[in-house]
Amino acid sequence: MRCLVIAEHDNQSLKAATLNVVSAAAAIGGEIHVLVAGENAAGAAQAAASVAGVAKVLHADGPAHAHRLPENAAAQVVANAAGYTHILAPATAYGKALAPRVAALLDVAQVSDILKVVDADTFVRPIYAGNAYATVKSSDGVKVITVRGTAFAAAATTGGSATIETVAAVADTGTTRFVSAEIVKSERPELTAARIVVTGGRGLGSGENYQKIIIPLADKLGAAIGASRAAVDAGYVPNDYQVGQTGKIVAPDLYVAVGVSGAIQHLAGMKDSKVIVAINKDPDAPIFSVADYGLVADLFEAVPELTAKL
Amino acid sequence: MKVLVPVKRVVDYNVKVRVKSDNTGVDIANVKMSMNPFCEIAVEEAVRLKEKGIATEIVAVSAGVAQCQETLRNAMAIGADRGILIETDAELQPLAVAKLLKAVVEREQPRLVILGKQAIDDDANQTGQMLAALLGWGQATFASKVEIDGGVARVTCEVDGGLETVLVNLPAIVTTDLRLNEPRYATLPNIMKAKKKPLETVKPVDLGVDVTPRLTVLRVEEPPKRQGGIKVPDVATLIEKLRNEAKVI
Repeated sequence: MRCLVIAEHDNQSLKAATLNVVSAAAAIGGEIHVLVAGENAAGAAQAAASVAGVAKVLHADGPAHAHRLPENAAAQVVANAAGYTHILAPATAYGKALAPRVAALLDVAQVSDILKVVDADTFVRPIYAGNAYATVKSSDGVKVITVRGTAFAAAATTGGSATIETVAAVADTGTTRFVSAEIVKSERPELTAARIVVTGGRGLGSGENYQKIIIPLADKLGAAIGASRAAVDAGYVPNDYQVGQTGKIVAPDLYVAVGVSGAIQHLAGMKDSKVIVAINKDPDAPIFSVADYGLVADLFEAVPELTAKL
Repeated sequence: MKVLVPVKRVVDYNVKVRVKSDNTGVDIANVKMSMNPFCEIAVEEAVRLKEKGIATEIVAVSAGVAQCQETLRNAMAIGADRGILIETDAELQPLAVAKLLKAVVEREQPRLVILGKQAIDDDANQTGQMLAALLGWGQATFASKVEIDGGVARVTCEVDGGLETVLVNLPAIVTTDLRLNEPRYATLPNIMKAKKKPLETVKPVDLGVDVTPRLTVLRVEEPPKRQGGIKVPDVATLIEKLRNEAKVI
C-alpha cells in the first residue's frame, strides 16, 4: 500500500487540513507521500517534508499551479498517480473541487468526507446531513478519498525528514482562468482550525447585534467566529461564517453557541466539539440537548456579562 | 445556447430520515420525495439565463426510477423546456451518473451544464466535477454568481475564507451553492403547462453506459449520540465550570 496525500497550501506553508489528511493516510497504512503542486512552492514542499510520517514529497512547480485550479491540479495528480493505492485530499472547497475530477480521470469511485478508516478498502462517511453514518467498501484498485479534518488528529508538523523529489509540472489545460480572490483577512484564527469558536444565531436579531454581542466575546476568548445557517440566510454575516452540514465542520476545544436554536444541519457541523456551551432564552431549544453547559438566559444580558467577567 | 440541467429526486429536505433497524440503509418507504434543493437552484439559474436571452433552450435530465418523471415535471414547471429521463431501478453512484450525463451531453451538445453542488441524500458532492473531467471541460464549483459573456462564463465561487472568481471557457460545468439564487415557486398554470412539455425516456444501455456500483454499503447506522450536560443557573457558574471543571479557558 502507498498513499498519496494532495497538499492544500499557499506556496509557503501547508494549510492545516493537510495535516489531518496525513493522519488519515497513516490510519490506512503503508508509505505516505505528499504532492505539493504550486508555483514557487518550495516553502510548502519543505513544510510537507517535515511532517511526521511523510516518506516522500513530490513537488510539482509551474505557472499552471499558480492559483491551484482543479483542472490543472487533477491533471498533475493523474500524471503522478502510478503506484499509489490511495489518493487523499482534504474535504475542503479545494479538495472537493479536485478529488472527484481525479477519480473520474482514473475511472474509479470517490469516497467523500470520511470520518474513519475501517481498513484499507472500507471507510465510514456521513450521509443525510450527518443523520446516518454509512460504512462503505470500495472495489476499485485506487481509492480516491476526501477526509473530514475534524475526524482525524493533525499530524505533527515536525519530526519528518522526507526526501523532496521534483516532478515535472503539467501544462495549463487552458479551460479556466483565475480572475480574483476576495479572502477575508483576519487576525482571528481560522474557523476550522480554532481552539475556541463563538457562533451567533438568529436569536441575535441583526448583523449589528452580531457585531455588538459576538465580536467582543470572541476577542476576549481569542476565538474564531461562526454563524448558524439561519443567521447567514438572514444576512447578518457572510456565508463563509456558516457552521453546519452545508458550511464548515468544526470541532474546537470550546464551542459557544449564542442564540442558536440547534437545527440538525447546524449540529452536524459542531457536535464533535470537546465542550459545548449554549446560551439561549428558549429552554426547549435543541441546542441544549448537545450542550455540556446550557445557560437559559437573555443573550443580550448574559453575553456582555460573560465578556465582562472573563 | 442550450443549457442542460441534471436534477435528482431525493428525500424531501424537511423529512428526518430514520436508519432501518437491520442497518442496511435509511427508510425511504412512504416518505415525501422532492427535487434536491441544490438542483432547484440550478434549474432557476438556467431559467434566469433564458429570461436574459442568453439560454435558448433548457433541457432537464434525471437518472433513476420511473418516479423521477415527477422531478422532471417539476423542473419544467419552473421553466425547463423539455425533459430526459434515464430510467433504471439500479443503484446509481456519482461516477455512473457522470457517465450517463456525458452520453446525454454528447447527444444534446449543450454549451453549459448547471448542476447542484451536492445531493442531500448521499452528500457526495462529486457528479459535476466528474462530468467535467470526463468531458475535458472546465468547471466552476460552488457558484454564487454566474455571468455569461460570449464564449466565457465568469463565475464567483464560494471557497474557504471567501470568494474566488474564475473565467471558464464554454462549454463548461457550473455547480450551484446556496446563495446563487432563490428558486421561484412553480405557479399552477406553469405546472399545468409542464404536463404538456416533451419528456423522453432512455435506458442506460441505450447510452452504452455500465452503471455497476463501485462502492458497497456494508452498514448504515445512527451517528453516536452526544449526551447533553447540565444547565447552569448564571454566568458566574458558567465561568467557574469552564475554568475548573472543563478547563478550557
